[in-house]
Amino acid sequence: MTTKKIGSELVSALVTTLWFVVLLFPFLVMKVNVTSGKAIVIFRWSALPMLAVTTFVLSFAWSRALEWNDHRGDKTPVRTPLTAVREFIHRALAQKSIRRTALAALMTVVVAYPFVLGMYHTNIMITALIYVILALGLNIVVGLGGLLNLGYAAFFAVGAYTYGLLWRYAGPAFVAAGINTGWLFWIALPTAGILATLFGILLSLPVLRLRGDYLAIITLAFGEIVRMVLQNSGDVTGGATGISLIPRPWFFNLRLPPSQAATYIYYIVLVLVIMTIFVVRRIEDSRVGRALEAMREDEIACEAMGIDLVRNKLSTFALGAFWAGIAGVILAAQTTYINPDSFTLWESIMVLMAIVIGGTGSIPGAIGGAMLLKLLPEYFRPLAQYRMLIYGIAMIIIIIFKPDGLFPRNRKKYTFVEKSPSDAGSGAVQ
Amino acid sequence: MALMELRNVCTYYGNIQALRNISLSIEEGEIVTLIGANGAGKTTTLMSICGITSIRSGEILLDGVDISNQSPHKIVAMGLSQVPEGRRIFPQLTVAENLDMGAFLRDNKVLIKADLEEVFEIFPRLAERRNQPGGTLSGGEQQMLAISRALMARPRILLLDEPSLGLAPLIVHNIFEIIKRINEERKTTIFLVEQNANMALKIANKGYVLQNGSIKMADSAENLLANAEVRKAYLGL
Repeated sequence: MTTKKIGSELVSALVTTLWFVVLLFPFLVMKVNVTSGKAIVIFRWSALPMLAVTTFVLSFAWSRALEWNDHRGDKTPVRTPLTAVREFIHRALAQKSIRRTALAALMTVVVAYPFVLGMYHTNIMITALIYVILALGLNIVVGLGGLLNLGYAAFFAVGAYTYGLLWRYAGPAFVAAGINTGWLFWIALPTAGILATLFGILLSLPVLRLRGDYLAIITLAFGEIVRMVLQNSGDVTGGATGISLIPRPWFFNLRLPPSQAATYIYYIVLVLVIMTIFVVRRIEDSRVGRALEAMREDEIACEAMGIDLVRNKLSTFALGAFWAGIAGVILAAQTTYINPDSFTLWESIMVLMAIVIGGTGSIPGAIGGAMLLKLLPEYFRPLAQYRMLIYGIAMIIIIIFKPDGLFPRNRKKYTFVEKSPSDAGSGAVQ
Repeated sequence: MALMELRNVCTYYGNIQALRNISLSIEEGEIVTLIGANGAGKTTTLMSICGITSIRSGEILLDGVDISNQSPHKIVAMGLSQVPEGRRIFPQLTVAENLDMGAFLRDNKVLIKADLEEVFEIFPRLAERRNQPGGTLSGGEQQMLAISRALMARPRILLLDEPSLGLAPLIVHNIFEIIKRINEERKTTIFLVEQNANMALKIANKGYVLQNGSIKMADSAENLLANAEVRKAYLGL
């Protein structure tokens, strides 16, 4: 039985190999040399066995992995040292005192970070934390509400441009009046949140009746429209050249040098991340949050329960957009320069990917996913040209082998505590 | 005055007319059933009443107030609650969370909790599984959950769409007994849409027969059960 199966897998690996050899022959074996004036085809036959063996091994390993994945739930899980460690951590964290100590240790590390590692790493971390805010915000829309939004970068752009335009038009007046321009950041932050929220509502109005693919396409279009408008209304937004010299926030009346400004922004974004986590958790645990999840699961049942879908969708988009707006202001303050190229479809996809890799609907997932996607490329610069390839492979592997993501959601359940144990039981229906 | 009344309701899907001048009335405290074959328009009738499908002409009166083409959540707030076809529970939410969604428009926590306990008394099975995701329940349990969820809205009139769908005969029997019990004990008016005409007519006071989108017959449940045409077409006797 199993030998037969492995035999058929070997045969299919062989077929795959043949197919790949034929397909990649022109690219990997044939080489056209045109330096001498006329084209000479050079055949690099040595590449052929390498290509064949690699394809064969990978193809066979892949089918074995799929087979293993299909049957790994069948038998009782094997206890590995890793499970023991995991259980130990779970048990330890169940105790309040240990949990508190761990949290305190984490906070210490996080707070000390800029002083220990310096400006370069702080700036990278700020970028990662901006993505954490974005991922947490999009998680409300995609994870809880189940509304696939591919135009999320548009709200990010609204936030960044709120600050940029505020600087461009109100900045000179501030300078003329002798008010420090650091205040602009604090004006931009809430304004951007509100403006992005309004844009979120604006977008959700036409898409109220759409779901799934259609919604994805419309939001994608919306994202591109916003970017195009920013790019083509050069008189107002600076067009493709963008807006530069945006001020970093001042520490009250003190203009900070770049390195200290980075530390300052780091703390600001940290506080905002904590605020976001707090708010998203409150939403998840509330009835409104459960109504969002109910909407993701079944819209008709929601309507039958008296849940107002229109209001639900509006608030989902608005809430998600709000955080993107906030994140945009920080991006503008950190880089001091914005242009429409920072808000392409690719940005929306990155945030979405962070959620999927981390675990849809999960707060640790959004945080972990965003950190991974932003930090790893920074520290593996030599591999930068393979980035897309690695992302693609990672996505496929996670979707197949760990569909709940790397940090899956542990749903906090609404539990019903009964009056007395004698209530239940007696007179079973079935 | 009837608790709910439909007057010449016509519903279309695009150019296709699904309901042709449907008129029916439901008195307070009654069980009224609407029977018919596949595609007769039973579910469309329910969806039209709930406001999920909009009607093109006619009137739907609840307590004399026209509720036609109101938004669904406003209709639920007026005391009309639905058990949709195919149960449509929220599979990833727990049983307790599903029930809480049923009480979405109410905010008196004490009353909601009392109702939750009452529902658990009717369906002890659900009490046992309260913290389990809805999707892990069996078909019969899911139907119980769907009914309980609708009851959590404290409706004056409960609309049930094919509660027998896909369930074993014994469980269907149970479900119908419970529907009857809800009607008797809680005085909830019930509008039951069913393909299982035999079971439905046995517990109902009044029945309507729907065929190709129009009401073919309207009579007391006993008379319909005895009617030769109904027996032949819907009861297979």
